[in-house]
Amino acid sequence: MVWVGKRRLGLIVNPIAGIGGRVGLKGSDGEDVQRKALEFGALPQSLNRAIQALERMKSIRGEIEIITYPSEMGEDAAVACGFDPIVIGSIQKGKTTSEDTKNAAKEMSSLGVDLLLFAGGDGTARDVYDAVGRAMLVLGIPAGVKMHSAVFAVNPGSAGELAASFLRGIVNSERDAEVMDVDEESLRKGFVSAKLYGFLRIPYQERLVQGAKIPSSAGDKESMNAIACEIVDGMRDDCLYIIGPGTTTRAIMSKLGLSKTLAGVDVVLGRSLVGKDANEAQILKLLEKRSAKIIVTPIGGQGYIFGRGNQQISPEVIKKVGKENIIVVATPEKINSLRGRPFLVDTGDQEVDRMLSGYIRVVSGFNEQIIYKVSH
Amino acid sequence: MKDITEERYVDGKPKLRRFHQARWDEPIIFELSNEGERGILVPEVEEELKGSVGDVLSRIPGKMLRKKRPELPELSQPRVLRHYVRLSQETLGTDLNIDVGQGTCTMKYSPKVNEQIARMPQVAEIHPLQDEETVQGILEIMYKFEQILKEISGMDRFSLQPGGGSAAIYANASIIRAYHESRGEADQRDEIITTIFSHPSNAACARTAGFKVITLYPNEDGYPDIQALSAAVSERTAGLMITNPEDTGIFNPKIEEFVDIVHEAGGLCAYDQANANGILGITRARDAGFDLCQFNLHKTFSAPHGCGGPAAGAIGVADELGKFLPVPVIEFDGSKYRLNYDRPESIGKIRSFYGVVPVVLKAYAWVMSLGAEGLKEVAETAVLNNNYVLKKLLEVPGVSAPYAKGKRRIEQVRYSWEKLAVDTGVHSEEIGLRAADFGVHYWTSHHPWIVPEPCTIEPTESYSKSELDEYVQIIRNVSDEAYKNPELVKTAPHNSTIHRIDHAPLDDPSQWAVTWRAYRKKVKRDKAGE
Repeated sequence: MVWVGKRRLGLIVNPIAGIGGRVGLKGSDGEDVQRKALEFGALPQSLNRAIQALERMKSIRGEIEIITYPSEMGEDAAVACGFDPIVIGSIQKGKTTSEDTKNAAKEMSSLGVDLLLFAGGDGTARDVYDAVGRAMLVLGIPAGVKMHSAVFAVNPGSAGELAASFLRGIVNSERDAEVMDVDEESLRKGFVSAKLYGFLRIPYQERLVQGAKIPSSAGDKESMNAIACEIVDGMRDDCLYIIGPGTTTRAIMSKLGLSKTLAGVDVVLGRSLVGKDANEAQILKLLEKRSAKIIVTPIGGQGYIFGRGNQQISPEVIKKVGKENIIVVATPEKINSLRGRPFLVDTGDQEVDRMLSGYIRVVSGFNEQIIYKVSH
Repeated sequence: MKDITEERYVDGKPKLRRFHQARWDEPIIFELSNEGERGILVPEVEEELKGSVGDVLSRIPGKMLRKKRPELPELSQPRVLRHYVRLSQETLGTDLNIDVGQGTCTMKYSPKVNEQIARMPQVAEIHPLQDEETVQGILEIMYKFEQILKEISGMDRFSLQPGGGSAAIYANASIIRAYHESRGEADQRDEIITTIFSHPSNAACARTAGFKVITLYPNEDGYPDIQALSAAVSERTAGLMITNPEDTGIFNPKIEEFVDIVHEAGGLCAYDQANANGILGITRARDAGFDLCQFNLHKTFSAPHGCGGPAAGAIGVADELGKFLPVPVIEFDGSKYRLNYDRPESIGKIRSFYGVVPVVLKAYAWVMSLGAEGLKEVAETAVLNNNYVLKKLLEVPGVSAPYAKGKRRIEQVRYSWEKLAVDTGVHSEEIGLRAADFGVHYWTSHHPWIVPEPCTIEPTESYSKSELDEYVQIIRNVSDEAYKNPELVKTAPHNSTIHRIDHAPLDDPSQWAVTWRAYRKKVKRDKAGE
């Protein structure tokens, strides 16, 4: 099928996303939990959330086409907002699974939609990632219980606005955003086990100000480049650099002409790669011979600098390297997105967490640093 | 006869005006050019004169001569006049609107009589290269104004040379460097500490002067924790460059502790007083321990701001830093004023000659018209006006004043429309565009937007209660509209010439054309423009 003319928006609503939240179940993964949630009288949040987002897109109704899955997986939300969506695929009403999300995302990708808007939580983001990876632009409407991933807009309204701006061509930047995998089973048992699952491509609106004293700040990309210059400028050839996951640290590796394992830890010595996607044991082995520095950037929208997505840099690694050899890098934009909330550490070792807490220097640009608080 | 006040006020509050701005869709003056049209016909040079002067062009070096005539627009005088009058009608200038919406800029009334004084031939026709014997009057005024600023700030020495606020801050950063150089510590001390809500020129000028910049973020009270500062200071600290009150309007009550910590680490402390409007006659930089400070004469001291006229900065320093001030300094030996250039440790010149004389004169006239008590009253009135507007605006749905909840502010407030944006999808910038429909200016805030959906309102002392009520009424009305009919606000302006601007090219130099020639080259691909 080929459409000509109108911009196309793919829409997926995960009907059971967020169902576990209101009843205190820390998530909605697993059929048992979903059943339990319904027994507790939970109401799905995702339909309302999707409607809130689409409400903000009404003004461009004539300019776009929505391609979606049947009934509760998107059609209902689109129709409720007065859209006349093109419905593809088929589902078993009331019994949708993560396979439906993956199939929907794949089909929409093959149809070449301009943007895929999905309502859900971290689990939905992972399904979308599994289905399409970085092949298409996506954006999350926050509707889940856990939203550790950075692919979500701050609220449903902003998701709709950003999608509309993107489809109208007003916004045309994009960036890689983290998809996190926080294991619910462990979460329910009282501890957090978070992995960096991968990166999805999202549209990105650089925040600009009205023609005023300062026309605009450098975008996130320029900031990352400036950070990379600062870090690479100060690198010593005899020092090991343990470089955590993320796009900011990727910029450092690019400056060195090295490729970065986006969701993993790489180790550099003398500007060459000595450890690719290294695990804790490999890092500890490398540490036997040399002094080292750790370079990390806060992960996702939560501000974790240790313990989320970079567990390879374990308490033992941190102790061995020493607090004074930890370099935190973050663009001002990323710091501002925390809205004053501190950076967080959760290494699993309370002593290390305490050691890391307090105020630290953050490299935020070339010759620029920010003093920022770390809590545990 | 009708009581006209009933038509203009409801419950003692001004009603919204019916306003519609002139909309001319006026072309750029180059587009109006008509080949051969002239504004002035310069008479031919008489033969006799030609004979005695000779060929003047032959004396100009060949490489400096134009190959062809400058491509200036060709227009008659009345067309030029109409062009600029039309443009002037399409602005919301400070003489036209209740100009409290350009917070941080201290938009106060610039008395017209001071303009007249500055334009008197005795002032306007003097030349900076005249012998100092022949400009004793203006040197006296500058010298006396320095004495006034010393009293206001508590500092020991002043220079009025900087051509603006940032030039003054840059001069102060250079003095900090010169101080550490004089002690052999310049290489080691390469870090300047500032705060995210300080006047952004502090970070920018420190960087320009070659320093690294360390920025502190605020806690919930709106100013940084002492521990944050302690984490920032070290043997590398060159100094602290800070604003107080910051752009949020919040005064850091621990400022003396801040100064002590930086001094203890061996750094100097520079107080950015670009906006001193809320503290004139109330607090003094030197009393809080600062070593340097600066004033923007075009802000606090009433000389016109922005496009209204040139700027001028004044820097003040403690005695031991006096030797680093820019040259020349004005000295008085009891009978004569003179310009002293013989100062080996000076940072040199920050600007040509000895300062922006007309602006200094206007600032001097303003201070002399008020006296010490008057200056204090300026601050008190500005603070009162601001807190009145704060109280009234916080009653408007969708707006808040982040940090220091429930506390008063000094002379301005950085508000947030975050709730309104979440509730309605209307953003701060759009509120400003709608406000223009009612004939008032409204600015969001400096980048970066630490406060989401920000706007900064600074009422100064120049506006009456009824004008402030009118401004608040306009903002309240726009908020109501956002909740009832967001599209109306999102598609604004409807009655004003200000248009929605596509911001994207601001970040893309390939799309900039700041001159007509650049426009022709880039957009028209016109080789003739080269």
